[in-house]
Amino acid sequence: MLLTTDTGRVMTDAILLAHGSGGRLSHNLIEGEILPFLANPMLSKLDDSAVFTANGRLAFTTDSYVVNPIFFPGGDIGKLAVCGTVNDLSMSGAKPAYLSLSVIIEEGFPLNKLGQIIRSIRAAAKEAGVDIITGDTKVVNKGQADKLFVNTSGIGIVPDGIDISGANAMTGDRVILSGSIGEHGIAIMSQREGLRFEVPVESDCAPLNRLVAEMLEASPNIHCLRDPTRGGIATTLNELARQSRVSIVIEENKIPIKEAVRAACELLGFDPVHVANEGKLVAIVDHHDADEVLAQMKENRYGGSAAIIGEVRDDHPGKVIMKTRLGPSRIVDMLSGELLPRIC
Amino acid sequence: MKFIDEYQDNKLAESLAYRIANHCSHKIRLMEFCGGHTHAIMRHGIRQLVPETIEMRSGPGCPVCVTATTDLDKAIALAHLPGTIIATFGDIMRVPGSYSSLRQAKADGADIRIVYSTMDAMEIAKANANKSVVFVGIGFETTAPTIAASIIKARREGIENFYVLSLLKLTPPVMKALLDLGEVKLDGIIGPGHVSVIIGSGPYEFISNDYRVACVISGFEPLDILLCIDKLVQQIEAGQPRVEIAYSRGVRPEGNLKALELMGDVFETDGANWRGIGIIPQSGLKIKKEYEHFDADKTFHVSLEPARESKGCRCGDILRGVATPHECKLFGRGCTPERPIGPCMVSSEGACAAYYRYGASYD
Amino acid sequence: MCLAIPVRIASIDGDEAETEIAGVRRRVSIALTPQAKVGDYVLLHTGYAIGVVDEAEAMETLKLLEEIAAVSEVHR
Repeated sequence: MLLTTDTGRVMTDAILLAHGSGGRLSHNLIEGEILPFLANPMLSKLDDSAVFTANGRLAFTTDSYVVNPIFFPGGDIGKLAVCGTVNDLSMSGAKPAYLSLSVIIEEGFPLNKLGQIIRSIRAAAKEAGVDIITGDTKVVNKGQADKLFVNTSGIGIVPDGIDISGANAMTGDRVILSGSIGEHGIAIMSQREGLRFEVPVESDCAPLNRLVAEMLEASPNIHCLRDPTRGGIATTLNELARQSRVSIVIEENKIPIKEAVRAACELLGFDPVHVANEGKLVAIVDHHDADEVLAQMKENRYGGSAAIIGEVRDDHPGKVIMKTRLGPSRIVDMLSGELLPRIC
Repeated sequence: MKFIDEYQDNKLAESLAYRIANHCSHKIRLMEFCGGHTHAIMRHGIRQLVPETIEMRSGPGCPVCVTATTDLDKAIALAHLPGTIIATFGDIMRVPGSYSSLRQAKADGADIRIVYSTMDAMEIAKANANKSVVFVGIGFETTAPTIAASIIKARREGIENFYVLSLLKLTPPVMKALLDLGEVKLDGIIGPGHVSVIIGSGPYEFISNDYRVACVISGFEPLDILLCIDKLVQQIEAGQPRVEIAYSRGVRPEGNLKALELMGDVFETDGANWRGIGIIPQSGLKIKKEYEHFDADKTFHVSLEPARESKGCRCGDILRGVATPHECKLFGRGCTPERPIGPCMVSSEGACAAYYRYGASYD
Repeated sequence: MCLAIPVRIASIDGDEAETEIAGVRRRVSIALTPQAKVGDYVLLHTGYAIGVVDEAEAMETLKLLEEIAAVSEVHR
């Protein structure tokens, strides 16, 4: 991009500290590199705050994204930032409406990479049908941020009559998983240095709001929704079991998983139930409606491999139990610590 | 996945379990030597498949767990030396040393990198010619030849800034030490499948010859373990203990001769310090003089405070099979994978970690 | 002890090999198994092939397991 300085015009292909200072360069950056891609009437006003009317109960969420590497098979930090927040809203049954977007950029970050991320954000927002209506850009000295950090906050409207919460699971409910597990975590690991392995696996990062809307149309008796991100389905199911004070019993051979993910987990010594997902959800549904909800999910592009993997009981509250492939059952615990590849 | 899935068939497992139950007429005690076996047993629910008359104890086959605190302190001290990069397998990062841990040292600014292979450590050395890269060499005979190969390759390629801190240990000597201690009466040993890929079955002959304990070498899939238990039961019931290979697709009686040759080129045996047991003569591997350039012990000198063990920690007892994780008062109370007191709770092959993660016995 | 996974050798390049399992590819050292050939399965541990899988023995073991199941009374 072209810069006008006191001493003349200069080409720069990297983010400079001045881009975050609020002055001319900041404006150049926003109007040149960001606004053209995310433009909508509210954002384009560039007022200090976006003003809008909302009718109904509001859902509000925020998340910061510090994924490393920022580009990975199947997506990048931008796509993740939009989908993650859209999904958090959807898990309350809310229809996502607006997002804010804040970026903290390390000085020296290549402009073309920023452009790529902004375009990813645009594509993800478009698919989800949300607008980014306010934002912020800061730049910090080299070494004070790892390339780029992103924060998105989101507002959605919760339709009347919807009450979805981690505390609502009831004995007899069925546990539905929207698709195969472990893809995001494995895609990220494959980019880590030193692993020297390639996987034909992409991150499953995806916006699930339309899937959720369709599920809610199929049945109002969806008690819980949660997206199993870091910590995998094991952590999510444990959270739900504790919040609702129920036990959750699942069957290992019902959990959809791609062969390549299974193989990668074997190679790294990971348990797939602990590996992160970014485009999946767990639904706990009244058993009368489970088959219908499942059938509806399978019609959606993000629910093709959906499956009923278990049910809710009351015999061991707070615990998640898995019937292994072999037959006997065992406890499935939350992920403890980080997922360090098991070697020896 | 070939050579994995076939050994997880639940119908075959059921039949084997039935047979084991039928043939096992009295109480027997088995030790699965290897931490990998403890995890596989817990993960697949093997304990629920075998009759209650078979008691299973876990042994010292967790290389991170048996690393003495003073040796871990040494690795941490090396991490703080200026111009040093520590390369290590991930497991040991969270194990508490006397005063710190590798993870704490990293948070304090030491350059510590998790690697998945010695090859990665060598790449780091090549990319950082002005630094010393010390690989923390923890493992048994499965890992020893890989480290030997890396030292040979480093010499061949002239990678002068690559060093190994050898904390390698040997399996047969610690088995003998446990049998000599006699604290736990064992009828049979589930032998470590991948150590045996390297050393073969010969080195275990003393177990049946001198101690009359059955020893069957097992693979790690559920059917492998059940088959091993089946063979152990048969031997014990017949009163004819011997060494048998139940993992014949991986283990040859003579082992891997090439691997043994490279190990012999680079290492010689020496005394080693085992958590919970102390020094066992000829139970560890030291880098030979010929390769001493790569020996971190010869190259770097750190002074250490006396080692401190965590109060109440029973890892030593658990590693000798004298106690089960549940018998440790700290298990789940004060000692958890997030805040481990001893290595058994945090190592991926630790018995306590397996019991905690999978529930001791569930059904 | 330790984790070792059976992977198939797809190609060999000096003392290294490209291996594959269910579509996942990993470059490994065959310094410890110089006799390994393309198409062999090797046991992979910390980036090294530590042994070649004996497929005949694998079949024998499976046969034994199936024989045990065949005469088993568990399903009668």
